[in-house]
Order: sequence, then C-alpha cells, then structure tokens
Amino acid sequence: MSYVMTVSPDFPPNYLAGWYIFNTWLQRQLDLPIHLELYDSFAAQREAIANDEIDLIYANPYDASMLVREKEFSAIAAPHNRADEAIIATASGSEIQEIADLQEGTRIVHTDDPDVNMIGMIMLEPADLNTSNTSDETVDSYPLVAKKLLQGEADVGFFLDEAYETLSCLTKDRLRVLIRSEIFVIKHVLLAGSKLQEHKSRLEQVLLEMADNNKGRGVLESMGFQGWEKQTQEDTEFMIDLMDTLVV
Amino acid sequence: MKEITLTYYDGSHRQVVIEDIEVPYPEGRLIVSRTDRKGIITHCNQSFVDMSGYSEQELIGQPHSILRHPDMPRAAFKDLWDTLEQGKRWQGYVKNLRKDGKYYWVYATAIPNIRNGKTVGYTSVRRKPSRKNVEACIPLYAEMLQKERVAV
Repeated sequence: MSYVMTVSPDFPPNYLAGWYIFNTWLQRQLDLPIHLELYDSFAAQREAIANDEIDLIYANPYDASMLVREKEFSAIAAPHNRADEAIIATASGSEIQEIADLQEGTRIVHTDDPDVNMIGMIMLEPADLNTSNTSDETVDSYPLVAKKLLQGEADVGFFLDEAYETLSCLTKDRLRVLIRSEIFVIKHVLLAGSKLQEHKSRLEQVLLEMADNNKGRGVLESMGFQGWEKQTQEDTEFMIDLMDTLVV
Repeated sequence: MKEITLTYYDGSHRQVVIEDIEVPYPEGRLIVSRTDRKGIITHCNQSFVDMSGYSEQELIGQPHSILRHPDMPRAAFKDLWDTLEQGKRWQGYVKNLRKDGKYYWVYATAIPNIRNGKTVGYTSVRRKPSRKNVEACIPLYAEMLQKERVAV
C-alpha cells in the first residue's frame, strides 16, 4: 500500500521540483512507499481530503482546523522560521497611498489562497471595507494578481509575501506595497493522518534531523526551507484557536 | 497625567496613572495572548509586549485586566466573560491602558480554548480597529460608564 502526500497548492511554483525531491528523500528515510499528489486548487485538494485520500499534508493553516478536528490529523513539524504573511499591493501609478485611502467599491484581486485572503481582508478593516462593500475577483496565480493590477482591472491585490518576492523585478517596480502583515504565528504545518500514526515518531525524527547533514540540507534548499521544527499538537491547536478568532 | 483608582468587576481595586495620549495601532500586526480560565496571562506575542509597554516577564502571570483602561465600562468585560463562559466568541472595541499611562484602541476577538470538550483557557486576538467604529464607541462607553457610576 502506498501512502499519499500532498502540498498546499499555494507553494511557489519554483519549488515544485523540490517537493518531488523531498518525497523521494522521505521514502528512502522511512522505507515506505509515498506518492506525491499535487492539486491545482484548494477546492480539489479539500475534496481529496474529504474522501480520505490523503495521509500526509503540508497544510495551509486555514485547512489545519478541518484536518485536525474533523479528520484527526496530528501535527508533525513546521518549517523553521517561516510564517505566512500577506501583502496588499497596488499599481505604482495608483493614487492610493495607504489603506485609509481605500473607499467603498474597492476592486480586489486575489488567488484562492484562504489564509492570505483572510489576512488581506483583516488588513482592510481599518478602512471600513469588507466583503459587502468591495468587489473581488479570484485568479489562478499571483502573477495574474499582479497583471490585473498593472492593467488597472483591480485597485488592490492580495499576495502571499514569499510569492510577491518571487515576482520579476520589472513587475515589482510597477507595483507598490501598501501594507505587509507582521503576524509571525500563522504558518503551514505538516500533518499526518491516521494511517501514518504508527510511523509518526520516526517521521518526526527524520525531519528534525534533516538539516544536520548535507543531503538533507540540499533537499531543504530545493524546497526553500531552512529546516523543520517540532510542532506539538498543542502548538497546532493554538494556531487553530487563533485562526478561529480571525475567521469571520 | 492623573492617578485613578480602578475598581474591577470582582470588586478589587488598583491605582493607575493615565495620560490622555493615544498610541496608534501598528499596521499589519495582531496582538495575541492566551489566558487560563481565571484570565491570568499564560502567553503573549511580541506585538502585545510592544503595545502594552510591559515586558513579557511582567505580563505572564498577571490578570489580563492589567490592560483595563478606566474609560472602559465594567459592563463590557462582564459581557465578555458571560459570552466566553457560554462557550461563544466575543468581539468588541476596547480601549487599552499601557504601562506608561497612554492608551490604544483595538478590535478584540476572544474565544474559549476547548480541549477534549472542556474549556482550558482563552485566546484573544486584537487587530487594528475601524476609526469610524471607535468614534462611535467613545460616547457609548462614556454613557455606560456614567450609568455605572450613578448606580454605585
């Protein structure tokens, strides 16, 4: 029997190969067959989770609540020194200089990344903006968010900060960051489902020791990580509580 | 600067110094804290430390009411605790007192932390409030406070 691992669809595309390398490395370390299944959208991934097709997931914090509390996944590890932060940006030529300049009817463009969208809307609250007095458009990728801004088809765009940083210099020069979140405690986590529970302690061990050798460090680098840090179940429960306070 | 005696919901008192200067809520930040079931702070993040003016060591082990500003009506906190004890989420606008006597407004959300069906504590997250809603709260809280003073 092969286990199935998946990754939150919001990882930067330039790390796609890195996740395949990680999967190969992990199978060798655990001596277990693991198939990496990637999904184009959060909706498609959630359907697979609902159908109990997933055993190991690098999960968006927004989905962690459902995975832990409804599907009995448990926390394994989180990438070291890597929190999810969001950016709200506008076209550099826009008259909008700060969040307070935004008015009712503001046009928002975003991806389907749930935690970024949640943080983005929270950062618009001080301007009295919410889903009822703004319009929004969902696009497939962060470069498309930037394109919509540059074409004047939206007033502000929501970005995952690391995705924003991977935009080309030419694109970033034509955008302006209005606000960047500094939350620090919302992050992606690696969660294991019930079928992997008997291998959980070994899984934790190999991940926590991954940065200790050249091979492991090379794999981490290909994923854009510095290393993994232990994520206790209570750490994850705390983050879920925190997300619960933020979800409208 | 003036010195005031605060009377808490449980009847206890505390002397505080207040100064009528607002410290703006920092952009993009969330203030996060956790308490035990009695409201004693067990965890706080750097934004909490920065905005409160206390060190983390000074905050851990203290009641969350260390931030209570005398302009806040007691009824607001009674509503908070009544709501949480029912296992529900509470949200509201709160004027908080800093260690240096200045104040800052937040939009606060608090929820019970439920583990194995039991409430083990509370998580509170504060974010930058809408100025319009803060302005609406100022006369409302002043009126509530006045009624509480008359009742005493």
